[in-house]
Amino acid sequence: MSLQIKDLHAKIPDREILKGLTLTIEPGKVHAIMGPNGSGKSTLSKVLCGHEDYEVTGGEVTMDGQNLLELSVDARARAGLFLAFQYPHEIPGVTNANFIRAAKKARLPEGEDIDAIAFYRQLYARMDQLEMDRSFTSRSVNEGFSGGEKKRNEILQLMMLEPRYAVLDETDSGLDIDALKICARGVNAMRSEDRGFLVITHYQRLLDYIKPDIVHVMMEGRIVMTGGPELALELEAKGYDWIQPEALAAAA
Amino acid sequence: MSLSPVSLSASPSWFQSRATSAWSEFQSLPVPGIKDEHWRYSNAKRIELDTLINATPAPATDVQRAIDGSKGLAKTAARFVFVNEVLVESSSDAPAGVVCVSFEEALKSHGDVLQQHFMKREMELGSAKFAALHLALVRSGTVIIVPKGVKLDAPIEVFHWAAGANVAIFPHTLIVTGDHAEVVVVDHYRSLDDTPGLSCAVADLIGSPGSHVTYVVCQEMSDHAQAMHLSSTSAGKDAQMKNFQLQLGADFSRSESVSDLVGAGARSDMLSVSMPLGEQIVDQRTLQKHKAAHATSDLLYKNALYDQTRTVFSGLIIVDEGAHYTDAYQTNRNLLNSKEAEANSMPGLEINADQVKCSHGATSAPVSEDELFYLKARGISDGEARKLIVLGFIEDTVTRIGHAEVEAMVCERIEEKFARIS
Ligand SMILES: Nc1ncnc2c1ncn2[C@@H]1O[C@H](COP(=O)(O)OP(=O)(O)OP(=O)(O)O)[C@@H](O)[C@H]1O
Ligand SMILES: [Mg+2]
Repeated sequence: MSLQIKDLHAKIPDREILKGLTLTIEPGKVHAIMGPNGSGKSTLSKVLCGHEDYEVTGGEVTMDGQNLLELSVDARARAGLFLAFQYPHEIPGVTNANFIRAAKKARLPEGEDIDAIAFYRQLYARMDQLEMDRSFTSRSVNEGFSGGEKKRNEILQLMMLEPRYAVLDETDSGLDIDALKICARGVNAMRSEDRGFLVITHYQRLLDYIKPDIVHVMMEGRIVMTGGPELALELEAKGYDWIQPEALAAAA
Repeated sequence: MSLSPVSLSASPSWFQSRATSAWSEFQSLPVPGIKDEHWRYSNAKRIELDTLINATPAPATDVQRAIDGSKGLAKTAARFVFVNEVLVESSSDAPAGVVCVSFEEALKSHGDVLQQHFMKREMELGSAKFAALHLALVRSGTVIIVPKGVKLDAPIEVFHWAAGANVAIFPHTLIVTGDHAEVVVVDHYRSLDDTPGLSCAVADLIGSPGSHVTYVVCQEMSDHAQAMHLSSTSAGKDAQMKNFQLQLGADFSRSESVSDLVGAGARSDMLSVSMPLGEQIVDQRTLQKHKAAHATSDLLYKNALYDQTRTVFSGLIIVDEGAHYTDAYQTNRNLLNSKEAEANSMPGLEINADQVKCSHGATSAPVSEDELFYLKARGISDGEARKLIVLGFIEDTVTRIGHAEVEAMVCERIEEKFARIS
């Protein structure tokens, strides 16, 4: 049981972005990925979800033994994969509550519907945990939300959809310190033996609140170094320059 | 087989003579050609006049099916069901003083009001021939007169059914309010079966000073039928008029909606939602005519197009000399769910006054891939995701009806149409 990425290659029409990435995320563990801008972190998260901008040209991805690459975007999500987006999109005219409800309903057998009362009870409880005002239920998805509010809304969806594996792409960017703590609390509340996390971040600060088990460094479309939580502190102090070029050569 | 004039027994002589001359007008006017500017991108020949027949009373089983199918609002002030122009069911809880009767009845009881308001406005948007046909053949529909100060909370709901192949119906709606009166009226146009036919409806909406009229059209004719709806709104001083058109049915639908802002402080909201499927064509022509100063007109027409469908929107704002401080807005938005769908938009402005705030805009864009991806990444299927996006797209238009139950009913009709998308 794990989310296994083996020698993954993915490209946009004119260029390869993921160049042989290997990573295994076990349930119960929090993995962190750090890496310079443009190294392909968001691309990895979107390729995992099945974004059609990227063509997978090699390697494999399995989730608890199931070949993820042959599933559609929505089927991957229903199978238990969740991505908290770096830049969440706005959906005009669709209320946040209806959106989350539709996502939950999609996980039920055909013809079954959500118990509205139980749904709102759960939604409000999660929103309270994230200190989100009730007005966010009736506002259009992410429309007019501040950067921090959008990120909080991503964590709300994570908490409502209870995935098996969650990828968090720079959830900390745009959050003030208090909001960061609140979001981290939400994520920590979701940590469990049967849920794995992949946390993408640039800053050690997030990892103070969401303590990772394993830290990876990603550069030029590959994982070039893996260590314990102390690796994040080292990166924070020294940047990425010291890793080149030996590690890159080694990973290639 | 073809259409022939009808004579309404016991109708006033003024009416008979107008109907007679309308019939000759219908016969003498040519079918508008494609060069006619009001028919650009469209084609009046889609209305197959030669194949149409007058409505005759439907068999009892059809009448029963229509009655059973006339499910709309839970609470109404009055309710009418017409099948092939025959009133087959009606009920009214309207307060005393409110006139809410069938057209035929009104000819007898309220001929004076009809004489004053019935089809008095010139048809400027291209369908004079079809309006003449309506006038010559009209016998069904409702006349609603709300006296001064009376506010009806519950809507008046009317179903117009066409039963049988090639049947043409000509329902009329006349709403006249007294000062500060308020009324909500819903007209449903439907085919009983999946047959060809025509609904050629005309609505006259006369809002006296300070009154509120909300008029809602739900057009759900069969995919083989055509639907025409010609409405004229007159908004008096401080009156608030709304005309919402839900165009779901017919292989070809044409709506012409005119708003005359005749009193200072008047407001007219012109709203429309359509979601054509297959090869449906939705043709929309509008005119916002500002005759008085300090009036507002605000038009929002939204089309969600699928498959090989086409929409045509042509809207004109005319601000007359002296209609200073006019606010006139016109927006047509088209959401394309298919590469083959085509939305044509022709906005226009003619401003002859000062201190005028006017805007017009038309957009046409495919469903956003980013929005789709976001929804799908949450486990929502492609079809369901598109549906959410379309519902989100039309949401602001539907909510401008401003009546929760009617909005819910409109959403239900839309839901029903979604069920037909595989
Ligand atoms: N759809 C796309 N079209 C064109 N270029 C793309 C696309 N997706 C990614 N790229 C390019 O691939 C590279 C990796 O982008 P990606 O967003 O994955 O980086 P990242 O590691 O997440 O960076 P950051 O830390 O700035 O978020 C960048 O150079 C980016 O411009
Ligand atoms: Mg990124």
